[in-house]
Amino acid sequence: MSPAEAAPAAPTKAPAIMRTEHVTKEFGGLVAVSDVSIGIPKKSIVSIIGPNGAGKTTLFNMLTGLYRPSAGRIYLEDRDITAKRPDVITSLGVARTFQNIRLFRAMTALENVVVGRHARMRAGVWGSILRPPGVRREERAARERSQEILDYVGLEHSQFDQLAGNLSYGDQRRVEIARALASDPTLLLLDEPTAGMNPQESDRLTDFMRKLRDDLGLTILLIEHDMRVVMGISERITVLDLGEQIAEGPPAEIRDNARVIEAYLGKQDEN
Amino acid sequence: MSELIAQLTEWRDSVLERLPPWWPRAFAGILIVVGILLPFLFAPTSGFVDATIKSLAFVVMALGLNIVVGFAGLLDLGYVAFYALGAYSMGWFASGFFYKANTHVLSSALSTTPGIHLNFLLVLLAAALICAVFGVIIGLPTLRLRGDYIAIVTLAFGEIIGTIAVNGTDIHLTGGNGTPSDPGMTLTAGNLGIPAVDLPYFPGIGKFQLLNLRAWYWLIFGILLLVLFVNIRLRDSRLGRAWVALREDEVAAVSMGIPAVRTKLLAYAIGATFGGMSGAFLGAYYTTVNAGQFAFSFSIFVLAMIIVGGLGSIWGAVLGALLLSYINFYLIPDVFNSLPGKVGLDFSLTDLSFGIFGFLLVLVMVLRPQGLFPERRRKLELTQEIDRDQAMLKEPT
Repeated sequence: MSPAEAAPAAPTKAPAIMRTEHVTKEFGGLVAVSDVSIGIPKKSIVSIIGPNGAGKTTLFNMLTGLYRPSAGRIYLEDRDITAKRPDVITSLGVARTFQNIRLFRAMTALENVVVGRHARMRAGVWGSILRPPGVRREERAARERSQEILDYVGLEHSQFDQLAGNLSYGDQRRVEIARALASDPTLLLLDEPTAGMNPQESDRLTDFMRKLRDDLGLTILLIEHDMRVVMGISERITVLDLGEQIAEGPPAEIRDNARVIEAYLGKQDEN
Repeated sequence: MSELIAQLTEWRDSVLERLPPWWPRAFAGILIVVGILLPFLFAPTSGFVDATIKSLAFVVMALGLNIVVGFAGLLDLGYVAFYALGAYSMGWFASGFFYKANTHVLSSALSTTPGIHLNFLLVLLAAALICAVFGVIIGLPTLRLRGDYIAIVTLAFGEIIGTIAVNGTDIHLTGGNGTPSDPGMTLTAGNLGIPAVDLPYFPGIGKFQLLNLRAWYWLIFGILLLVLFVNIRLRDSRLGRAWVALREDEVAAVSMGIPAVRTKLLAYAIGATFGGMSGAFLGAYYTTVNAGQFAFSFSIFVLAMIIVGGLGSIWGAVLGALLLSYINFYLIPDVFNSLPGKVGLDFSLTDLSFGIFGFLLVLVMVLRPQGLFPERRRKLELTQEIDRDQAMLKEPT
């Protein structure tokens, strides 16, 4: 593919909350993500799809600072966050979940969410030791807020003090989203949130994502395999294949894109 | 056996449920009062009080190491370095060792004696600060490492400090004229030891005596209460949660906004501070600072305490440290030492002490791998064998 084809993010009306410019990640000689430029409009739901090994999670890891891109730049609200640390990016308003749930399994559901609040709390060493009124207030407020969030994502109250590792799979997904929400993000990155869910559960989660966008004004970037979910919810879709951005556009366009069909089903003349 | 334990656990839980909500405070209050009154039950020079003083100093050490290894999950095998730095702080700043200086601040030493003689509390503070700085220095190279590799780097750091302590006699700070009265100042006194460290002195209370151990006991008991308080507060705080989160899953923790570098360095610094405070106390209590004290086995001894007690558990660290220290300082040398002789064997039990500790450690690991007083979270990790890819996020294939 010539760079000109993929380079500019398709113009959208809303300004982009996050955009990447020619982002590339190489591991040794292996190019995991190559020259990807996307723009995520504010308060939209955008999906990244692609076959396994297409580089979707690698892209996520670059957006959240876990990986440093080999080339290219990443902007959050026109602020260059390319080489920023993951905790800094979180404090700037980007939160994420993981494909294979990464809760702190030996902490309770509530404690997990309170940890998610870390970036919005101030208490340092001396504050933690001496516990002045301000720190006590902050601690109490963090707990209350975390309970509200757990409530919001639909976790039963009886499960709040359960160890995260003992929760059902669906509840673990809920807690992980709650933990991400606890950092008061403006951009939420969900890595295959419906993995392992049945169609009813997927539908509920789809509705919930819309609710997040409409209630909280969040922008959601999604990695998803379930085409029913992707086509139903996304305003724009970016398709990666073997690290390259092969298509970008609204669902209807992507559905009929020859290159996308080829990436998923293989070339016709090969069969 | 397991039924009996289940029965006991059930019984314990039912008792705990019936206790009023203020019982932990009441219980702590009673323990503190008993702790304060304890030395009155024994003669002022009793061997038991002596063993207790050393044991409490080791409890402080164990609590410090527990922050690094237990809370933050950073396996530190060089903790002896902070014992050494703390003890040397006392040797340097509260004795005649730096004989060309003549500084006195609220000290028990006569103002005509040469050397740096600072008040005990000032030296304690200095030891804490020095160790905090060195805690960060040892922490920096380990930040990019995980698990066993951290252990190796910290192990090396402990050995470096120990070797510097032994060879410090060749590190000249000032020249001398070569006579016995003016040999020149060196960094340490090596295996000869820095002699005659000042006895602690508090205005209004007076100077500590070597023949009355009660004051020493209350001093270390006070330090212990302070360190315990700080430990408990930190455990239940934003920082304590961040340590456990990093220990559990570093990738998830940093993605939740926890700055890994800062948080880990704080664990190293605070853990080192407690080690240094305890080391400074022991320097004064032994009235000498000898390079031979700072061996690798010390690090293992303290690590064994927190493992026996239950990694990450504050009360486990206290219990484990008390248990192993009493065995080391009291049961083996004072109570059972003559036992082999009585049955006609030609050795003393102290020769076997490391064998005994090794055996106890194996025993605990077999019978109760989570430790005597496990932390709730650790208990879960061990019993459920949580299998996580700690290393790196992987791109799915």
